[in-house]
Amino acid sequence: MINELLQYNFIINSFLAAVFASISCGIIGTYIVTRRMVFLSGGITHASFGGIGIGYFFGFNPVFSAAAFAVLSALGVEFLSKRTDVREDSVIGILWSFGMAVGIIFIFITPGYVPNLMTYLFGSILTVSELDVWLMLGLVLVLIFFFTFFYRLILFVAYDQNFARTHKITVDLFNYVLISLVALTIVLNIKVVGIILVISLLTIPQSTANLFSKNFRNIILLSIVIGLVGVFTGLLFSYKINIPSGAAIIFSLVIFFVLAKVFQAIGRRSILRTKTKKTFV
Amino acid sequence: MSKIVELKSVFAGYNNEIILNDVSFEIFDDDFIGIIGPNGGGKTTLLNVILGLIKPVKGSIEFFGDSDANKNNKIGYLPQINQIDKKFPISVCDVVLSGLIYSSGIFYKHPKEDRIKVRETLERLGICELCDKPIGELSGGQMQKVLLARAIVSSPRLLILDEPNTFVDNKFEGELYEILVQLNKEMAIIIVSHDIGTISAYVKTIACVNRGLHYHKSNKISEQQLASYNCPIKLITHGEVPHTVLKTHNHSF
Ligand SMILES: Nc1ncnc2c1ncn2[C@@H]1O[C@H](COP(=O)(O)OP(=O)(O)OP(=O)(O)O)[C@@H](O)[C@H]1O
Ligand SMILES: [Mg+2]
Repeated sequence: MINELLQYNFIINSFLAAVFASISCGIIGTYIVTRRMVFLSGGITHASFGGIGIGYFFGFNPVFSAAAFAVLSALGVEFLSKRTDVREDSVIGILWSFGMAVGIIFIFITPGYVPNLMTYLFGSILTVSELDVWLMLGLVLVLIFFFTFFYRLILFVAYDQNFARTHKITVDLFNYVLISLVALTIVLNIKVVGIILVISLLTIPQSTANLFSKNFRNIILLSIVIGLVGVFTGLLFSYKINIPSGAAIIFSLVIFFVLAKVFQAIGRRSILRTKTKKTFV
Repeated sequence: MSKIVELKSVFAGYNNEIILNDVSFEIFDDDFIGIIGPNGGGKTTLLNVILGLIKPVKGSIEFFGDSDANKNNKIGYLPQINQIDKKFPISVCDVVLSGLIYSSGIFYKHPKEDRIKVRETLERLGICELCDKPIGELSGGQMQKVLLARAIVSSPRLLILDEPNTFVDNKFEGELYEILVQLNKEMAIIIVSHDIGTISAYVKTIACVNRGLHYHKSNKISEQQLASYNCPIKLITHGEVPHTVLKTHNHSF
């Protein structure tokens, strides 16, 4: 009886995590892709591994230390990128490997067996805890609020920062807030697909959506839908043929991208054909 | 004729490198100033100082008129096109609307009048049909017009254009200058261009920026003067010295 209930609970948790992951990654991923911050996001993701290691060593929930690590490194890169004498991509590269190194060292010196390490590297949606789900829900609510009410501002600042500055918009503050949201989104989604794969949840649905829409808002909405479909297809695969859920999710997202690409190419060709037919008639 | 902006012995640059040395510059509300100078001379830097994007290391910059100094719509700005991301998913209307962001209300919602203003501005530039297009589908000239629309939609007192004639054909260039001459009746204009032959036919005065500023309060300029300004710009682009071009245009200066 209790066993059944437990089982029920963890299924609910993973279901909710999948939904929240699709929403948060749909929103933040669109921002990342359009601002061309994919590499930076990769850096933040891997840097957060340092926080995970520290969490293990000191014996508290790695999610919190990972979040702190990710947000601080994101703010650091954002701060340095304003200086023109710094190569932003090199800084990201350093941060990327430094975070991983810190993580490896702390996990190595942590006495005894390190549970769930693989969970963080490759993701395992079934191990998502109730706390994780609450945190993800909080994040989703903040993102929906922020992107609804500041939509215009996000669009304008993302499109042309200097122009926004000439209109006395506090671009720097705004960028700091957004990069922090990016970092939090990354960290809270690590459990779902893992450090190695989280970037794909932030870019593949967007790239697919971008094939069909050139409107920021629609790309967000479409990415969320594509994310949902991809995540649940992946989970189904993972269950049916017993493969890791993170990899299965990415695999199905890529399949959808390829299908969309093919679909689009066929659509284009048939439009061309009808057009040429008309000109001949 | 009233003063809009005054720079007093401004020194400005990036990191520790000073690009602009001791620049003093006054801009009046009926000015139409062409800025020329070699690549890397500091033209864009000067515009950035006026726009407030770069703080001078030394010297002062002051704005006049308009008691409501915070209304933010005093300067319209058209950036050099290489600073714009053409793949960004945004429509023409939304780009132009961003020129009115100072007037948007709480949570940056725009009143209806703003959308009407956007329409009117697009109409004025003859690109009404582009409104709902994503910017990724525009030609270079169309893109310039959209950026111009964004710059003027707020009816600024000063319009600043950084090389609006790159990547556009001669037809568009002529069109653009005719539009600017019209706009100049309502606002002061500063335009950066490498094509001194063409701009001198339209602008009222010419300034040369090469690590410093030489403000020549006339639109006639000779090779010798340019040389003395240390401003190595070739005048041969349109054959003769611009005086000849001038004769064919008669604006009432
Ligand atoms: N963001 C920056 N950081 C550091 N140095 C810069 C920056 N922008 C410009 N510079 C330097 O300042 C100098 C002046 O550049 P600026 O862009 O003002 O020239 P410009 O006259 O506009 O040239 P162009 O005709 O090529 O547009 C150049 O030597 C350039 O290397
Ligand atoms: Mg320039």
